[in-house]
Amino acid sequence: MLELGFFYLFAGLAVVSALGVVLSRNTIHAVMFLIFCFFNAAGLFFLLDAEFIGIILILIYVGAVMVLFMFVVMMLEVNFAKLREGMLQYLPLGGIIALVLFIEIIAAAGSGVFSPEGIPDPGHAAQQVNNTVEIGKMLYTKYLLGFEIAALILLVALVGAIVLTLRTRKDAKYQNISRQVNVRPEDRMYKVKM
Amino acid sequence: MTWLDTGITAGIWALEILAIAVPVALGVAYTTYAERRVIGWIQVRKGCNRVGWAGLLQPIADGLKLVMKETIIPTTANKALFVAAPLLALIPALIAYAVVPFGETTLFGVWETAHVMAIADLNVGVLYVMAISSLSVYGFLMAGWASNSKYTFLGAMRATSQMVSYEIAMGFAIVCVLMMSGSMNLNAIIHAQAGGFWHWYLIPLFPMFMVYFISGCAEVGRTPFDLIETEELVSGYFTEYSGMWFATFSLAEYGAMILISLMTSILFLGGWYAPLPVLDFIPGTVWLLGKTTFLIFVFIWFRATFPRYRYDQLMRLGWKVFLPLTLIWLAVIGLAIFTPGVSDIINYWRPGVGL
Repeated sequence: MLELGFFYLFAGLAVVSALGVVLSRNTIHAVMFLIFCFFNAAGLFFLLDAEFIGIILILIYVGAVMVLFMFVVMMLEVNFAKLREGMLQYLPLGGIIALVLFIEIIAAAGSGVFSPEGIPDPGHAAQQVNNTVEIGKMLYTKYLLGFEIAALILLVALVGAIVLTLRTRKDAKYQNISRQVNVRPEDRMYKVKM
Repeated sequence: MTWLDTGITAGIWALEILAIAVPVALGVAYTTYAERRVIGWIQVRKGCNRVGWAGLLQPIADGLKLVMKETIIPTTANKALFVAAPLLALIPALIAYAVVPFGETTLFGVWETAHVMAIADLNVGVLYVMAISSLSVYGFLMAGWASNSKYTFLGAMRATSQMVSYEIAMGFAIVCVLMMSGSMNLNAIIHAQAGGFWHWYLIPLFPMFMVYFISGCAEVGRTPFDLIETEELVSGYFTEYSGMWFATFSLAEYGAMILISLMTSILFLGGWYAPLPVLDFIPGTVWLLGKTTFLIFVFIWFRATFPRYRYDQLMRLGWKVFLPLTLIWLAVIGLAIFTPGVSDIINYWRPGVGL
């Protein structure tokens, strides 16, 4: 009863905030709506007893990824007049894509695959089941190869990002930190005989 | 479950929340007082000693003054976010306390088993604290952006990059603790450190303790890392704030500072256990709060002692010193656990995990 209430609360707020992301004019507001949407998704995970995934969703997406999003969005200069240019020209194509997607979603929702009968009720895990431990066991035994490949891809992306942005500029002035730290008063001051 | 039961449960929850939130609010108020007195003592002057006996009513007088002041909202500010930003900073600092275990009690023998004195005894308690306390970044970021001023914007950028950088080092320091304890439950982490100070994680993880505490200092923007509110930026992201809305940011900062002190006591200093098992007759809550108070004193001591870091020095310390150090220590602990011979030594601090 209480659980159902919370489900509708989280699900409803997630849908409302997702609409807010799409419909709000101000990009910062859109990002804030997206953050709120992630929160509600995390709430849904908690209702499924997946507290580890829920917390990780908040920690990674809300705590780290969205901060970077926000950084980028803050720097953007959004000119709506310019964005609206040629709107009529693209309207037919965009409209057709939207219509196709809409029909697809309706068809998928009506197909019965996602009906309550099609998905078994997950039920609740026992109190002593620690899903952090369970996820760890699965990741490091059954799905080890996939996990390692994902880690490798992330490493490549990390190195790639550094390579793309790292360039040594000749005209920039750099500080030698160890020299700065090791400096003594005698290096900077000397007594003048008058 | 009938409606009456639901109502009683909700009532107990509300009481539990009040039992944590009210002392936290008082603690924040009196931390500001302690800060002024301690810094006064260190700098050989009096500190505030006028309002009430020895100045003890000073925080209340300050609070009243701030409430009476006018809150000015700049005309070009984004009003909704300008008003919401201090709350976005304060709320995470307060709800992170939900999982902090303040001790174990049998309620003077009424209950048969010892209950943990926390609102929620989460299996992922450590991650919860990490996740929630990283959210106050949005309050600062929004404050800087919504004020629509150059200074606040630059201040917000600095605050955010500082907080994001030091979170990583803090996270890895916590991972080392998790490797030792084998659990993310704060309660289990404290239990793994039972029996005297030589069982505390302070000893095998001493570098991580330093990294965690100093990063915590940077995370909440305390001196020597308080360059997010320096004079050169006209006090950073809250330049445009006044009155109680301004004070809310300070509340968030002090709340986060107390939380870092509590978490350091729990993760590295044995939580509610006494340093010597002989002293266990003193209630655990007293020990936990005592350790926390000492760490808060260290924060204040830092403020009175160290000059401020420069921005590039701050970034260098976070990314080039702390991050490699935590990664190396992670490998050291990991290798030690799985090396025959060495594992016997390290398993001394891992009761019930490494066996």
